[in-house]
Amino acid sequence: MTEMVETAAIRATPDALKARLRRRYAAERRFRALGLGAVLLSLSFLGVLLVTIVSNGITAFVQTQIRLEVAFDPAVMGLGADRSADALRSADYGGLVKAAIQSRFPDVESRAELRQLTKLISVQGGGEQLQAAVLADPGLIGSTRALWLIASPDVDMVMKGHVGRDKGAEGARLNDTQLGWLETLEQTGDVALTFNTLLFTRGDSREPELAGLWGAVVGSLYSLSITLLICFPIGVASAVYLEEFAPKNRLTDLIEVNINNLAAVPSVVFGLLGLAIFLNTFGLPRSAPLVGGLVLALISLPTIIIAGRAALKAVPPSIREAALGLGASRLQVTADHVLPLAMPGVLTGTILGMAHALGETAPLLMIGMVAFIVDIPGSPLDPAAVLPVQVYLWADSPERAFVERTSAAIMVLLAFLALMNLAAILLRKKFERRW
Amino acid sequence: MSAKITARDVNVFYGEKHALKAVDLDIRAHEVTALIGPSGCGKSTFLRCINRMNDLIEGARVAGALTLDGDDIYDRGVDVVQLRARVGMVFQKPNPFPKSIYDNVAYGPRIHGLARDEAELDEIVMTSLEKAGLLKEVKDRLDERGTGLSGGQQQRLCIARAIAVSPEVILMDEPCSALDPIATAKVEELIDELKRNFTIVIVTHSMQQAARVSQRTAFFHLGSVVEVGDTEQIFTNPQHTLTQGYITGRFG
Repeated sequence: MTEMVETAAIRATPDALKARLRRRYAAERRFRALGLGAVLLSLSFLGVLLVTIVSNGITAFVQTQIRLEVAFDPAVMGLGADRSADALRSADYGGLVKAAIQSRFPDVESRAELRQLTKLISVQGGGEQLQAAVLADPGLIGSTRALWLIASPDVDMVMKGHVGRDKGAEGARLNDTQLGWLETLEQTGDVALTFNTLLFTRGDSREPELAGLWGAVVGSLYSLSITLLICFPIGVASAVYLEEFAPKNRLTDLIEVNINNLAAVPSVVFGLLGLAIFLNTFGLPRSAPLVGGLVLALISLPTIIIAGRAALKAVPPSIREAALGLGASRLQVTADHVLPLAMPGVLTGTILGMAHALGETAPLLMIGMVAFIVDIPGSPLDPAAVLPVQVYLWADSPERAFVERTSAAIMVLLAFLALMNLAAILLRKKFERRW
Repeated sequence: MSAKITARDVNVFYGEKHALKAVDLDIRAHEVTALIGPSGCGKSTFLRCINRMNDLIEGARVAGALTLDGDDIYDRGVDVVQLRARVGMVFQKPNPFPKSIYDNVAYGPRIHGLARDEAELDEIVMTSLEKAGLLKEVKDRLDERGTGLSGGQQQRLCIARAIAVSPEVILMDEPCSALDPIATAKVEELIDELKRNFTIVIVTHSMQQAARVSQRTAFFHLGSVVEVGDTEQIFTNPQHTLTQGYITGRFG
């Protein structure tokens, strides 16, 4: 007893006290420095990622165009007397494009050089532009107009500086003669970078200059709508039942454990499940957003149930008691009081689950959404790509021009994710209540 | 005087725990009955038996006879929703719904279909707020949130909410423990007013409060009722040494 009193007295001497205080503050400073370091490190990783993607992809939002005098010569277009819409649609616009660039450089005569000359321009892309112009105004036929036409990806890469102009530069695909022609065009101001609308209006294409994201965006929208339609009601109903109504026994414990397990199952397994059940058993169409949405619903369901239960659990029991004390039935308590109060949490969980689903790739590969699809899907039953799969497909393409488009697709995907997270934050703010 | 509520040999178990032991108690109509006793003595448990709020607790079991106007509260045929409409409750912590003041009071009448139209509902809400002594303070801001009121006002709002469904009995579980003395005084005044129309059972830790508001007092100790009697008699001339010890502050 006396011993204890003595040691306590020693510990309490001013010097020992000061030393201990110093150690305590030093420990706190170390801990803060560590925490700050960890935050900075992760921020710098994020920064490097964003800078790389943006610097790679920002140029994909513009597209090189070349101004050419286009003579709408019916003979070149292969048009007879028939000027019906069908005839106009099937006329030879590629020929017009080739003729236009050849007329810009009349000195070029040899076949080989002519072929190289047409490589400056996108014959298919320019042809489509001319076709649209003629269909909109058939009066163009017979006249000559100066029009901006899409350049070939090789020219595009040079103009954006991704490929050097020196001989033997990495990835160079234009020879000196072609670069000379390009310089001539530049000197007269006939080459320009304009906003790349095709990226946001077209589906996928083998030609990089014509490849767009719209097909994937629409596919993602269809898939996510299906996912939301299935996930939200089932998820909320399950969460409400488990949290508010289910008896607490072994069976419900087992269900809870399994829901938590499902949330951790690798998504590719859900893809295989979808392949086996939705495609093979039910015979639903391959590559369709309907099936994609169903599989994504399976993946996000556990997340939504877990988030929903947490939100319901956070509603103070005093609110339940108040309503029950007034003679409300359990359904009334839940529907009138608990669920509205839990809604912000439920919605946040749902949106985060959906954002997760938006970025999911592997399970969609399993159900055939990796196919090359040019058309914009018109319904959830049409074959479609989704954004992350589009990233995967483009990243796999060898052309230099697809590198920037891959990064651009990632940027669009990230923009959608940021939007969804923003929506989650706004919803939470809007419905936040104090009690 | 007739007993509104009678308890005969009521036992409550929470799992293994024997929380209430062979309680016999009569609660008379249009009186305030105070339940006093040290923490954990079973007074709140007994209160929650009367409107069957104990049903919600996992593993709670009630045995014995508890009647309201002679009808067994725990009979199989009793609808809990109807029982709770007849036996209202006010809780320890004010717990208004995070809705408007009007909706707080109107919720009970709405779910029980007590009003035929909006005008009648307005009438019920106004009278209830009036009876709870809150109308003057809130009549210009019925659309504001009930949670924005002061603690004492919130508790009176909860009382207004309880009386809006015209119960016969109001159970109060330490209704003033979260309030300051002025708010407490107002609620106590209100309780005195309310006993004309309602039968009131109040659990309280404050012996002064029990002495001020109640006509009869029951002293609980370790799950049993030690002594029941007129409040005056309990506080001036307790029959049991335990009661005497408690009210003189020797324990509890």
